[in-house]
Amino acid sequence: MSRYFGRKLLIYGLTFFVAVTINWMIPRFMPGDPVQSMLARANIAQPEAVEAMRAHYTDLFGFDLPLWKQYANFWAALFRGDLGISIWLFPTPVTDVIARAVPYTLGLLLPAVLLSWIAGNRFGAFAARRKWLDNTALPIGYVLTATPYMWLAILLAWGLGVVAGVLPVAGAYSFAMRPEWSWDFAGSLLQHWLLPFASLFLVAFGGWAIGMRNMIIYELEADYVHYLQSLGASRRLVRRYAFRNAVLPQITGLALQLGVLVAGALVTEIVFSYPGLGHLILQAIQNQDFFLLQGTFLFIVIGVLIANFVIDVAYVVVDPRTRIGMGGAA
Amino acid sequence: MTATRAPRREAPRFVPRNGKLIAGLTVVLAFLLAALFVPLTVDHAPNEYVGPAAAPPSAEYWFGTTTFGQDVFAQFVYGLRATFLVGLLGGGLAAVIGMAVGFVAGYRGGLVDEVLTMLTNIVLVLPALVVLLIVNAYLGVRDVGAQALFIGLTSWPWAARAIRAQTFSLRSRDFVDLARLSGMRTPKIIAREIAPNMSSYLFMTFILLFGGAILIAASLDFIGLGPTEGVSLGLMLNNAARWSALHLGMWWWFVPPGAGITAVVGALYVMNVGLDEVFNPKLREM
Repeated sequence: MSRYFGRKLLIYGLTFFVAVTINWMIPRFMPGDPVQSMLARANIAQPEAVEAMRAHYTDLFGFDLPLWKQYANFWAALFRGDLGISIWLFPTPVTDVIARAVPYTLGLLLPAVLLSWIAGNRFGAFAARRKWLDNTALPIGYVLTATPYMWLAILLAWGLGVVAGVLPVAGAYSFAMRPEWSWDFAGSLLQHWLLPFASLFLVAFGGWAIGMRNMIIYELEADYVHYLQSLGASRRLVRRYAFRNAVLPQITGLALQLGVLVAGALVTEIVFSYPGLGHLILQAIQNQDFFLLQGTFLFIVIGVLIANFVIDVAYVVVDPRTRIGMGGAA
Repeated sequence: MTATRAPRREAPRFVPRNGKLIAGLTVVLAFLLAALFVPLTVDHAPNEYVGPAAAPPSAEYWFGTTTFGQDVFAQFVYGLRATFLVGLLGGGLAAVIGMAVGFVAGYRGGLVDEVLTMLTNIVLVLPALVVLLIVNAYLGVRDVGAQALFIGLTSWPWAARAIRAQTFSLRSRDFVDLARLSGMRTPKIIAREIAPNMSSYLFMTFILLFGGAILIAASLDFIGLGPTEGVSLGLMLNNAARWSALHLGMWWWFVPPGAGITAVVGALYVMNVGLDEVFNPKLREM
């Protein structure tokens, strides 16, 4: 078991290293000059001012140092928790900007991922091998999982928000309020949370339901199922055993889907102007705020790595074979 | 090889009977034909300002016009082209990389396998869209080709893992041993003995990568990192959101592009299930 976790941690460590290296390399080796584009954005006429700014930015990126030194400085700054200064919200440090946005993203993403996973698995297992449900629910599941996250978000916002006028479509709380500890504010938060949550939940739900349905059908062909059936076990009991086996690949699937789910949350936030990381990314791109963009990238990678590790631990808890070293792991 | 001939000759008989495969294929082909030929009948460029501003669908402009008087239908059919192109190139590149890595890792085993598996796992854990975001943000001029290239480079790992596992189970079969004993070289063994025995699986992997590439490209376009020139379905969504089509109630601007993506990708998925049932008799009997 310690070997299993050792391997996993090694991979996550290497992934982090690769992510930081990508982050460092891209501004330096991509065609296009980030300093030039930031100067263009500032749109200043005086040549002296332009020169001063160029010097400032070049110094900020450390472009005038030898490459290995730039790389070392990058890591050193990272360990000090220094991701640079945001240009969009000058002069707030990038870490602060991100720290303010993270709770919104987590509050949206975690419930949507967990609830869609649980509900999708339950529903998929229930629908498998039930003819009429299979024939009606399955096509809906495929349509849902093929839907781009932002499109479902737009449709929900349009249908329930603009046309029906039931729910708000922008922001995380009413523009008339300031964040505070009160029931009114909590109600407003919940109201604004419902639609983005629903659109994330629905798309992910379709995928999980289909995955589970297919798994159960495979499991119902397995020897142990035939054996149980020949012993006269009830349909419910057989299905319960099949479910427990079928849920293991779904846990692995959850780890594999994390990137897609995060991407879905980012675009959903953009549709609803929800002040999470997706909103930050949009602002960073529109304002050419490369420090903010890169900081957000690192933050998301770290979050995904942590989530992967949590799933690994869950897998060991659920599957006894990994604990006695028989493999069978993800 | 004889073992595989029989089921393969048998498979086509099931094709006309499999409703999912036919339904999926019909939708995909219909959209593909629309993407290929309908733009030829449109006599203006997709981004040209041709009509009245913000007009709802009419006999003249089937899908209405944008706030600036662009023809949504023209944008839609040209955008479909970009969608198929990015799926074909991005999904194709990912399939090639995934197959190369999966075959070599699964067939060679040992240290080569260790290194390739490590590489696969690293790319697998990195969230693809977020990597694409920062790559594209620094890329000054963006086109569909570059977009497809980077999508292909980031979305191959799960395919490599699946193909590696399949190769692993095939490589100790008698016919592979025989080929090796007869002095056949590794690339030839992989191409002639192993790949044909999982050809249906490879094709289905490609279809899933194709659909995945389309969805990732749509997200990138929507965030505003799509091609700097031209049209795509994702860019249409981006423009509709940016110019608040939502609040102006211009549903004809944002419904068609999303519906197009959903229909193509959904049909690909359904087609895949149909193929799975055709090739895998266990799933067929229901």
